[in-house]
Parts: sequence; C-alpha cells; structure tokens
Amino acid sequence: MAKDDTEETAEEPIVAVKADKKGTLQMPESAPKEVIPGLEGLETVKTEPAAKQDFSQIAFQQSIHKQVDSIVFGVLSPKFIKKMASAKIVTPELYDSEGYPVDGGLMDLRLGVIDPGLRCKTCGSRLKECIGHFGYIELARPIVHLKFIRVILTVLRGTCKECGRILIPKEKIAKSKELLDRIDKEEGLDSRRKAVHAIIEKLKTTAKCPHCNAKQEKIVIEKPTSFMEGERRLSPIEVRTRLEKVPDEDCEIFGLNTKSARPEWMILTVLAIPPVTMRPSITLETGERSEDDLTHKLGDVVRINQRLFENINAGAPEIIIEDLWDLLQYHVTTFFDNEVEQLPPARHRSGQPLKTLTERIKSKEGRIRHNLAGKRTNFCARTVISPDPRISINEVGVPKIMAMKLTIPEVVQPWNTEYLKKFIQRGPHIYPGANYVIRPDGRKKRITDETKEAAIEELQPGYVVERHLMDGDIAIFNRQPSLHRMSMMCHRVKVLPGRTLRLNPAVCAPYNADFDGDEMNLHIPQTEESRAEAEILMDVQTQIISPRYGLSIIGCIQDAISGNYLLTKNITKMPRHQAISLLISIGVTEFSRLPNKEEVSGNEVFATLLPEDFNFVGETKAHEPIVIKNGKITQGYMDEVTLGGEGSGFLLRNIHQRYGSQATIDILHKMFKLGAEVLMMTGFSSVISDTDLPQIAKEQVTTILDEAEAEVNALVASFNSGNIDAFPGRSRKETLELKILEVLNRTRNKAGAVVKENLNKSTDTAIMVASGARGNNLQLAQMAALVGQQALRGQRIHNGFRGRTLSCFKPGDLSPEAHGFIRSSFKKGLSPVEFFYGSITGRDSLMDTALRTPKSGYLYRRLANAMQDLKVEYDNTVRDATGKIVQFMYGEDGLDVSRTENGKIDVQRIIDTTE
Amino acid sequence: MTAESPVRPVTLTMAKKTTTVYDVTKHHLVPEHKKLSEKDTEELLKDYSITAKELPKILSSDPAIQHLDVKEGDIIKITRENPHSGNSLFYRRVTNG
Repeated sequence: MAKDDTEETAEEPIVAVKADKKGTLQMPESAPKEVIPGLEGLETVKTEPAAKQDFSQIAFQQSIHKQVDSIVFGVLSPKFIKKMASAKIVTPELYDSEGYPVDGGLMDLRLGVIDPGLRCKTCGSRLKECIGHFGYIELARPIVHLKFIRVILTVLRGTCKECGRILIPKEKIAKSKELLDRIDKEEGLDSRRKAVHAIIEKLKTTAKCPHCNAKQEKIVIEKPTSFMEGERRLSPIEVRTRLEKVPDEDCEIFGLNTKSARPEWMILTVLAIPPVTMRPSITLETGERSEDDLTHKLGDVVRINQRLFENINAGAPEIIIEDLWDLLQYHVTTFFDNEVEQLPPARHRSGQPLKTLTERIKSKEGRIRHNLAGKRTNFCARTVISPDPRISINEVGVPKIMAMKLTIPEVVQPWNTEYLKKFIQRGPHIYPGANYVIRPDGRKKRITDETKEAAIEELQPGYVVERHLMDGDIAIFNRQPSLHRMSMMCHRVKVLPGRTLRLNPAVCAPYNADFDGDEMNLHIPQTEESRAEAEILMDVQTQIISPRYGLSIIGCIQDAISGNYLLTKNITKMPRHQAISLLISIGVTEFSRLPNKEEVSGNEVFATLLPEDFNFVGETKAHEPIVIKNGKITQGYMDEVTLGGEGSGFLLRNIHQRYGSQATIDILHKMFKLGAEVLMMTGFSSVISDTDLPQIAKEQVTTILDEAEAEVNALVASFNSGNIDAFPGRSRKETLELKILEVLNRTRNKAGAVVKENLNKSTDTAIMVASGARGNNLQLAQMAALVGQQALRGQRIHNGFRGRTLSCFKPGDLSPEAHGFIRSSFKKGLSPVEFFYGSITGRDSLMDTALRTPKSGYLYRRLANAMQDLKVEYDNTVRDATGKIVQFMYGEDGLDVSRTENGKIDVQRIIDTTE
Repeated sequence: MTAESPVRPVTLTMAKKTTTVYDVTKHHLVPEHKKLSEKDTEELLKDYSITAKELPKILSSDPAIQHLDVKEGDIIKITRENPHSGNSLFYRRVTNG
C-alpha cells in the first residue's frame, strides 16, 4: 500500500518533465531566458534542474514547503498570451465530418482532453491528468477589453494626446512619486490608491500639455466600450497607439507596474482561448454533442474575426469593416461579461442568455459562493432525530432505507471474496446488499438483477464492492450550529426500522439537540484513513470531558437522574430477585457483587455498576456528603451533581480519570438504563396535586401577599405625601419603584420559602426538583403559590396607556396589581389582566432571544475565524500560523482544562490516591 | 454687518502635553512593566528560538511604559498577577506603530 503511494506521486513529475522538453508553458527552467512579463515571481518557485533525473528527489522536493514571497497581479501581454498558448485558433469549425476535432478549431486536441481514452497532444497525459492548455486568436483589429475600461480612461485623460507624457510638469513628476512612496510607507497601500486617485482627478481638467504644449481635449466613455474625444470617436487603434506612447515612469504614477501591466495590453490584439477542460462539451443521450456556452461564444468571436480578416484583405469598404469590427467588439465583450448594461445579452437559440466568464464567477450561483465557499459532500444523510435510550451512547440509529443508499467501499481480498459475493447476490434491494462494483481500472458498475450474476462471476481481489451500511460501521454525526468540537462526533451505525435517525438521549447535551423536530446530519467516511481518524479523534468516548470546563458534558439526564436518585435514596430494601431482574433488564448478568441477602438496598444495586476498587468523596446537590469506598456506597445517594452532564457529574469525572473513556461510557450507559428501569418498576408521574399546599400554608401565602400589598400601599402613600427621600443619583419616583420592586421580590422569596417548607417532599414532582433532574424551587413556587412580579427591562411594567398599563386602572395607580404583579399561582390560574402581563414579558423574552441569537452567532463566528490558526506549541507558547507568539504560556497557567476537574487540579487527592 | 460682535470671550487653560493626569502605573489593574536588558533580551529570544519580530507588540506611546524611557525595538517584560496561577510573564516589543 505505502509503496504504491510513493510510486504514484513520483509519476507525476515525469509527466511534468516531459512537458518541459516540449517547451510549453508550465516549466520555468527550460523556458527561454528572457523574463516573462508579470511572472518574474515564478523564478523563485523553480525546482533545481539537478534533481531532474532523480525521481525520488523530485517526490521529496514536491513535499517541500515553499514560502510565498510575493504575488504579482498583472495583465497578460500579447507576447505572453502567444507564449503560453499551445495552439493558434483559426477556424470556427469544431469537428470535421467524421466528428473528429479540427486542427486549429476551438476543440483542438492540443488544448486538452475531455474524452476518456484520448491523450493530450500537448502534454501526453490522459483525461483528468491534463489540466488543459490555452490557445489564442490573432484579432484582425484591436478590441477594447471591457474590464479595463476605467483604467484605460484614466490613463487617456491623464496623458498628453500628442507626446504621451503624463500631464504633470517635468519638475513635479519626481515630487508626486515621492509623495506616493511616502504615503505607501506610512499609511499602506489603500492610502496610496486614494492618493493616486486624487492626483489623477486633477489631471483630467488640464488644458495644455506641460511637456509639448499640445491642446488637450475632454475624453468620455460612450458605453459600453467606446471612447469619445469631444465629438470624435477614438478607434481602439488610436487608443492603443496613445497608450503605447506613455513612458514606463509615467505609468508608475497611475499605479501601474509596467513589468506586469502595460496600459496598451488592455487593448487586446490577441485573445487567449481558454482550455477545453474549462468548457467541456457534453454528449447527449441521442449521441449529439452539446457545446458549452463559452465554446459557443468563442465560435462567434472566431467566425467574425475571420470575416473581418477576409474583408480587410479583400479591401472591402470602410463601412463594412467598421460594422464587422463593432460586431467583433460586441462578441469579445459578451465573452467576458454577458450582463453589460446597454448591450443586449448574447442568447441561445432558446432565448436563454449565455453564461460567460463573469457570470461563471459572480453571484450566488457563481464559482466562488457556490463551488468554493459552499462545497457539498456525498455519502451523507439528514432527517429528523428521535431518542432511543436502548442504543449505546456511541451508536446512531440509521433507518434501513438510508442504510441501503449509503454505502461503504470494501476491497475484495482472497479471504473475503465469498463474503462480498453474497452482498452482490442480494443486490441493491435486499438488505444487506451492495449497490456498485468498481473494477481495478476505476470503472464503476451498478448492480442490478440483470448484472448481478456477471458481477459475481468477474469479482476477484482488487475489485471494490460498495456494500450497504451495516451495524458497527463508522459514521460522523452532526447537528448545526456546529459551535464546538462536540457538535460532530463519531458514532457506530445501528441499522433500525423506522424513518428517523436515533440517538441516545445522553448525547443531547453535546449536540444541544432536542426532539421537537430537530434534524441532524450523518456522514459516512469512505476511506480507511478517514475512518481511523474519525475513530481516534472524534469518537463519542473521546468527547465526554468538555474542554470548556473539564467536567463531563455527557451524563445522565432527566429520568436517569430521578431514577438513580430514587434507587439510592428511597429504596432501602428490595427483594434480591427483583434486584436481579432489574440488573438483567439493563444488560448486567454478573451478580457476584450483589450481596447474597434476601433483601438488598438500592445503593447495593447501583454499586454493582461501579468498578470494584473505586473510591470517591463528594457532595450532593443538597450539600450532603457522599462516600464511595471500594465500589460500595457507604454514605449518601446519587443525584444530578454526581451523575449529570453539562458542568456537573463529578462521579463520572472521577470514573473517567481512573478507568478511561471506554469504561465511563459503559458505566454511564448502564446507569442511564438503570435509572429508567427503576422508574418503570416503581412508576413515576407528575400530578397536579403534587403542588397542593396544606391549608395553613395557603393561608400563610395569602397573609404574606396581603402584607406586601399593604407595605406597597404604605410606600405609595408616603411617596404621595412626600416622605420618601431619593436614593443618590435617582429621582423620588425611581426610588419608589426600586423600593416597591424590592418588597415584591422579597414577597415571592418568602412565599417560595413557605412552599419549600410545606410542599410534600415525597411527591414525584418534588423528587425531580430535589434530584436536579428537572425544575427548580422557584418554578415549584410559581405553580403552588404565586407567579410573582413580571419585569420588563429590570422594571415593573409601565407600558400601555398614558399613566396606566390598562384602561381598567386609574391613571397614576402605582399598586402592584396595576404594574405587572401576578398574585395567582399557575395552578390556580391567572386573571385576564395577569395573563396579559405574563404575555408582555413572554413576548419580550421571545423577541430578545430571536434578536440575540444571530448577533451572538456572528460574534462567535468572528472570534472563531480570528483564532482558528492559534496553536499551543511544544514550548507551551500559543502561536499563530506565522509563528508569532500570542501567549507565552497557554492561558497564563499552561493548564489543559480538559485534563482538569472544573479547571482545578486536586493535588491532595492525587497524593491520597497514589500509594 | 451686525452691530454685535459674534465673538464671545473664551477662557483657555494651557496644559503641558507631558503632564499625566493620573499615573496609570499606580492603578491596580496595570501590571508591572519593565525594560529588558540587552543580555536578557538575547536570552529570551534564544529561549523561545524566535526573532523579535515574533513577539507581541506594544506602542511606544502606551501610557504604561511612559516612565521607562523606551525606544523602538526594546523588549518590555510584563509581570501579571493571576489569582489562579500566581505571576505570569509576558513580553512585548516596542514599536512606533
């Protein structure tokens, strides 16, 4: 395998060397001595001629990094166009009567290969190896290059029509140059460009040449491609002669580097013909050939050019020549850009406009945004996701219909020929089958019921079978927005019935997924290398510990937490046989760790999942101690802090630390299933009566509310009588508001405390809160006692009518109920006014999230792009791609957060645990 | 011509440009800036096997180094206090922008 690879890479330079000897463009060293205008830079990229014979050295040299010293942007000179061309195009015909490309035609074989099996006449390589070669046409008359109109105009305006010198007095030329150089040095290229513009702007009104005293006339563009001097039209020939006269040193002031861009090159005398490889013809089903838009356009150019030549040679009248010349100008212009204003776009016979060079690059469907910035990939899938706690955490459930479309190429070996033949035998419609067979020569064949037998017959080592996706295959699973590395993880395929992609709910957190209609993407790596890479770098196991806070991001959620909480806290006794059936249901068949007693505790059942020598000391959510000694829970119980994901899960972190990621995933998966199974065994329902308060508590809440109302009324009264002193920096009104808000918030907290005190703690709703599985005390209080003050931008609600929120209040009413205080609980139900207040804050927060998401997304994008090439080097410094130091010690402390516990390293525990 | 002059009397107080209103080096958020000696500079560059070009930059007009009498190309050593990791060092090369 490896040997093959080196041979292949060594082969390419041979071809390159061949091309060199033929003396075509690509090779810098055997090219004529003279410097190619505009491409002097190429010289620095030269390979040493000495290495030419030694192929291994060439292969080695190809892997050498070259530092780009400079890039030259310029205009192709006619000389250069001829030099880089490998064919002169003289006829608009494409193919002869036998359908063979005509020599000197637009599909000339020297311009590259587009047919399989043929070899390039220029470089000798085959289809896809040959990148194509330019050709050229000699234009009968000069043609203005549309895209350089503005430059040509500024040069024409800024130079003398007689002597070609720039319209600056001799003594001031040097001064201008100095000024430009200084600006360039001090403020950079952008400012230089501005300065150039400023100088040239002044020149166009100059009436007399300071060099030869010739009178200057005003020149304007007559769209799209004509120049008018006064009333007279300047022909491209005249324009070109004027531009030729401009000396190199004057061009410099216009911002032109004459080595790579002489102004007269912007008037075309030869036109480069792009290689056929960028305008391939397609063969229709009928056998007809259909040519690319560019080829059509070039055909027009060549045809009119030939006619123009003939007419000139025949001495045709000037009018006819002028007409043809204009027509040629039109064709060349639309060849460059078919969307020019004031020019009718060139069209197909069907009336659809041709897509020429500019349209290929520009806009959303253009090369840049469509093909370069928006690449698409094969062997991927996307659908709605749904949860499946029974598949493993690192598995992904793939619908069977998807598995029959997504394939994996498997190379036929002597030892797997029979195995793969069975796949072909089953074909594309019976799972698990195969869709394609690829021959060693690269030919791909679809397997159908008819071709099946033949394919099996010819199958031998070296062939590749594209078989259906099967259990255990490697896939990359992704949910957008892919904000961190855990958004793309490597899963094992599990082919399942149904039509959705399935994932274990434990990995919802890293993907930030839920099942309210979320869709996710699946990619199937196609090579051994990519599969290995995905497995090693992207496996779910490798992503348990988040690099953000050094704790597990994957952990138990929801039912898994409340289930284990119940098991370890509330179930103190259960019959042994019940414990065993519980363990069997989660796939544990080893019961030696379960105490041999008639009745076992929930703690003992849970502990069978832990490693036998595991020790742990921690705290629960309620700050009670947990102690695990030698794999047995000696004190405490499990809850969100020990088992959860997303910044908690200390127990998981410790298991990961000691036993590695694979063990953690296994244990986590069992814990998850155990939690769910416990709930199935005991039953678990959240009921409305869970939030019932005892009569005394209800009365307490009412008293608290009444007291608060009285307190607020007292505040308002003292405000009205002028007895409230303003806080520093606040008005009296503001002070009152602050005080009211403080009272009302205190009220809600008081009510919350009453609820916490009096609510039945053994209800399932309360258990969810206590275990940290879902909900919090505040939400309980909102359901049981009161919803509380609705705040808008940190204040009570003041919006609405003038002086009041709703028309049912008196203007100036400052009471709680007139400004968004909801004294009902969710269970009791809200009054219409209260409901309206709730809607106000609800809408406000909805708008807030809708507006904030794209804003913070863009902020994140900018940060990610700015920092994407930062890297921690071996000397602990953080450097960018150019080697510049950004930090001398990563994060100032050199800590890899993913190796810590919540950003900290507990040295004491390391000492304690190492004997 | 209006009878009243549009010019109103304005009082100007002249302040020397060099006078700092507040000595920023005294501020608790400004870490200690020190100029590196030639020898130390050489050692630093050798330690990280870099040229001065690869160092982060600091403007010669930066308020925190005005008391140091620096010129372009000097290296400034910054000792930052970090509540988690104690002191950490940072180096910057002086530029004129």
